[in-house]
Amino acid sequence: MPPDGATPWGFLPLLAVMLPVAGMVAALPLGARWAERLALALMPVGLLLALGTAVAVQAAGAPLWHALGHWAPPLGLALRADGLSAAMLLAAAVVIGATAVFARAQFGTPAGAPEARAAFAFWPLLLGIWGATNLALVANDLFTAYVALELLTFAAMPLVALDGRRETLAAALRYLMFALLGSVLYLLGAALLYGVAGTLDVVLLAGRVDGSLPVVVAAALMTAGLLAKTALLPLHLWLPPAHAGAPAAGSAVLSALVVKGSFVLLLRLWYGVLAGIPGPAAGQLLAALGAAAILLGSVAALAQPRLKLLVAYSTVAQIGYLFLMFPLMAAMPDTETAAKAWTGGILQAVSHALAKAAMFLAVGLMAARIGHDRLDGLAGAGRAAPVPLLTFGLAGLTLMGVPPSGGFAAKWLLLSAAIEGGQWWWALVILAGGLLTGGYVYRVLAAGLAGGGAGPPAPRAAAPEAIALGLAILSVLLGLVPLAAFGLVQVGRMDMLP
Amino acid sequence: MTATVFGLLGAALVGIGLFGLLARPEPLLRILAFNLLGGGVFLVFGAVARRGAAAGLAADPVPQAIVLTGIVVAFAATTLAVALVLRLAEAEDRP
Amino acid sequence: MTAGHLADLLIAAAILALALGVVLARQVFTAVALFVAFGLLMGFAWVRLEALDVALTEAAIGAGLSGLLLLGAARRLARTGAPVDEKPPRRAQVVAIGIACATVTAALGAAILALPDPAPSLAPMVVASLPALDLGNPVTGVLMGFRALDTLLEAAVLALAVIGIWALTPNRAWGGAPGWTQPRATEGPLALLARLLPPFGIVVAAHVLWVGADAPGGKFQAAAILAAMWLLPWMAGLAAPPPTGAAWLRAAVAVGPLAFILAGFGGLLLEGAFLAYAPGAAKATILAVEVVLTGSIAVALALLVLGPAVAR
Repeated sequence: MPPDGATPWGFLPLLAVMLPVAGMVAALPLGARWAERLALALMPVGLLLALGTAVAVQAAGAPLWHALGHWAPPLGLALRADGLSAAMLLAAAVVIGATAVFARAQFGTPAGAPEARAAFAFWPLLLGIWGATNLALVANDLFTAYVALELLTFAAMPLVALDGRRETLAAALRYLMFALLGSVLYLLGAALLYGVAGTLDVVLLAGRVDGSLPVVVAAALMTAGLLAKTALLPLHLWLPPAHAGAPAAGSAVLSALVVKGSFVLLLRLWYGVLAGIPGPAAGQLLAALGAAAILLGSVAALAQPRLKLLVAYSTVAQIGYLFLMFPLMAAMPDTETAAKAWTGGILQAVSHALAKAAMFLAVGLMAARIGHDRLDGLAGAGRAAPVPLLTFGLAGLTLMGVPPSGGFAAKWLLLSAAIEGGQWWWALVILAGGLLTGGYVYRVLAAGLAGGGAGPPAPRAAAPEAIALGLAILSVLLGLVPLAAFGLVQVGRMDMLP
Repeated sequence: MTATVFGLLGAALVGIGLFGLLARPEPLLRILAFNLLGGGVFLVFGAVARRGAAAGLAADPVPQAIVLTGIVVAFAATTLAVALVLRLAEAEDRP
Repeated sequence: MTAGHLADLLIAAAILALALGVVLARQVFTAVALFVAFGLLMGFAWVRLEALDVALTEAAIGAGLSGLLLLGAARRLARTGAPVDEKPPRRAQVVAIGIACATVTAALGAAILALPDPAPSLAPMVVASLPALDLGNPVTGVLMGFRALDTLLEAAVLALAVIGIWALTPNRAWGGAPGWTQPRATEGPLALLARLLPPFGIVVAAHVLWVGADAPGGKFQAAAILAAMWLLPWMAGLAAPPPTGAAWLRAAVAVGPLAFILAGFGGLLLEGAFLAYAPGAAKATILAVEVVLTGSIAVALALLVLGPAVAR
């Protein structure tokens, strides 16, 4: 860290956190109509802040820092934005911005209309998820990160139950209990780490912890807690009903971003605080759970009778891919192979965020058009809702890992890291997962393209359709970005520091 | 000595809270168990703080401040969970 | 063994027994009553751990407000019946869960006993840096100075929780007053307390807030007392809360966190770092933010206890 505790552009990630948080609080007195306007006005600003952060990190080749109140850690708190933060900040800004524009049709308040409950809640919750995600990405203190996790939970839970039906209320309660358990286990681990090292600053902890018993217990507790929040199998049971029960715009941010916040904290823990401490068996175990999630989640998606549940189970499977990077990073540390695994994992997080948001929005549009989301009644959707079906197919390409999509680049990097690292069995899992994904995507497309069934086409919603399609196209184009550009995510990797 | 006693009590509360959370199906009891678990976590912080007595202070104020923030956040979580349970109990299958 | 150690063991044993009572209770109502007692005894544990600020907060929020909330909830659930979407686990499962939880406790206990000695501590740094903030209470220094971002975010969490709770309002109750209707208590201890206590409570809260700069106390404790003073007349059925649409109510929840954020941006513009206070003006800024924040936290805490509007 620089001696004065701040880098010139360190205020960019700070603003990326504070503007959505301030917007969330201000939304309460503003009311639904003005909260919507405020949220939409903040979207381009947030996107510029994320872009600026990425450019500044890339140009400096080093993380950005901001020490709050000039108090440097360990006494004070710092925000730190590295390449991983920058890439995910961008993904969050794109997904939130797209969702906000999409959601105007459902949660907009026309002039003179009274404030509706769902509209009152939606805009601050969306801003809350945005601010909390950004905070989780740039927090460099384990307790600040805990507050980010709780903000994320408190904003996500009401989104799950926004329509107020009994089944979504039950899904929200189950989600809340899992999420609260996850964060309290995380906090317990943080208490032990403070007892060992006298700080909660991620960078300082990395130099102060060893493999002693309290550190091992803390690592196990925090990992378990974060896995519950990331919904890695077998801790995934809360996810499908919660993500399928939310309104389409809610599902999009829940699946694209909320589960990624805790995943990034897991990376901070394993490759920051604990760099070099977990043994190879621990990485293999995480990847084995990931492989089980890929296979079982995809099979479950194949068997779902309803579109939204199918997409939610697909999230369970796609989360599994994120965990394949752990044993591959450990196989050949400090080599090109580890770098490939790291980039592959983060690229998977970004491309899944774009593709899954597109998919949930598309499914929401289809369901609105044909009046239900049952797969057996999908015949004719190709005529009634051609653009959403195309969007679903394009996003599916990324989830399958078909070139040239972003998902292809991610899975290709993981695959070649697996082969270079001599762990060919993970390559088999990636291939099998791709085939199964192809299966459930095909199932939806085939059902939708079958003729007949649908009545007269409903009025088209041009802007929401374009938004969902745009996200899907972005997720595909991501694979065309030259691989060298992904060098960004290598900046500030803490397991590489001397 | 005091720090050790209450640190170990914290460990016991974590186990008890976890048990209640996993073994009792009643939602309100689960919320109580979550609070026992949280209380255990805060006690571990408290023990760590007491062990860090230095510079004329009887305890390290940083973990104590963290507990203060944590108690308020845990209370907010409790109110959300209770509101959800009551809403679910009184739901009549219409929004 | 000194008297202090004996007290530690007695308090710890009582807390342990109450916690076991909570998770093993047959009736939810019994469990809640035991939990309130648990919260009160935890206050003593915090006194023994030399954490008076935490002890006050635990008593006010952990036992007081939580007790109000949970007793009310247990009473309402007794009328409607609790929603149970899962079957109780079988005996073998309960045994397995018990063993797993005992293992967690054992591992955690061993980890606590293996913590390094002498323990690392930030106390010397806090003591050395406290004069820059001109505060006497080190905990307040951490909350409003060194880790002010956490405190700011936590105030935002409370505002978000209010939004989240209101989001749970049934559609046909939307726009109504939060909470359910209490029977009017015209006589008896509750009515008397509800009339007599608030003026005293407000004075006590102001005192707790004021001394917090230099002695145990501060905004959380003061806010919890204020919230209780607002809830008392409601519980006695003497006053109804304002509707959730009331502009002043929403503004009251938001103004504290917004003022804190504004102070943060002031630091960014004038001093070059978010939440940096101008030299010499630190204490004044902190006190100003704390006063506004106390009001907002008090309103938010009360609204959290009240819950969403109920269909009547």
